[in-house]
Amino acid sequence: MKATVLVRPKPGILDPQGQAVETSLRHLGFDVADTRVGRLVDVELPTDDRDEARAQLERMCDQLLTNPLIESYEIEFA
Amino acid sequence: MSDRPLIPVVVFPGSNDDRDAAGALELLGADAPRIWHTEELLPAGTAAVVLPGGFSYGDYLRCGAIARFSPIMRTVSAFAEAGGLVLGICNGFQILTEAGLLPGVLRPNASLSFVCRDVPLTVETAETPFTSRCTPGQTITIPVKHGDGCWFADEQLLAELEDEGQIALRYEDGANPNGAVAGVAGVTNRDGNVFGLMPHPEHAVDPLLGSADGVLILGSLVDAARLSVAVTV
Repeated sequence: MKATVLVRPKPGILDPQGQAVETSLRHLGFDVADTRVGRLVDVELPTDDRDEARAQLERMCDQLLTNPLIESYEIEFA
Repeated sequence: MSDRPLIPVVVFPGSNDDRDAAGALELLGADAPRIWHTEELLPAGTAAVVLPGGFSYGDYLRCGAIARFSPIMRTVSAFAEAGGLVLGICNGFQILTEAGLLPGVLRPNASLSFVCRDVPLTVETAETPFTSRCTPGQTITIPVKHGDGCWFADEQLLAELEDEGQIALRYEDGANPNGAVAGVAGVTNRDGNVFGLMPHPEHAVDPLLGSADGVLILGSLVDAARLSVAVTV
């Protein structure tokens, strides 16, 4: 099954990339209050068991996909 | 004990300061072979290990996040946990934080600009194997060159590190090149045998290079390595 891991900078963590994008959006004339930039990882797993997939993905996030000091994640299934 | 302690420099795909690091260590009296990251063991008699600067694995995902899975890193971790001396410079520092051998994390510079310049640093403690040639409070000048040098720890972790005296190097007030929390430029682990710093001491080992203050860091390591009891892993 296919899943998407959304990785975000944790609230309160300075996000210079988000700030730069926000500034650029303002230059384009958009009224933007805040912009944060994260990352998404599409993962295809050889299982149809959603619980097992979620458990696997959580381990992947803890061990590699995120740095828990600065990032949070959400798992979405297609 | 050896006159010329053995201090291998690990080379990852994308390392680019390994030659300078090895050259500086040789200049300061060590034998510093460069070893490829797919090696599973450190050379017999290794007294200390250096992880050099560069852009291992293209900085994919997060700086240092992939390199920590290189075969040699299992042995480097075991070596560190057994009390062996490990120094990480720039990308090496990033790898050590990702590997959980050093506290905190290195993030993109607050300016989002790559910085490349000499920076004045304050030595916070000389009670480490990496700063023993310094005096506390001393200012030393060593270049930085990085895009991801913004060291971060939350308030609780930072307070713990301050209490334990693990913040060994700080950017001088007004000279923080990357937005690092509390101006942290270099930090040790709890036991003090692992050290990471963003500045590049290997680029400052001769007045011709603009500064020889890097000798104070790398020379301290060579001194400590000379005295270290061989760690077997």
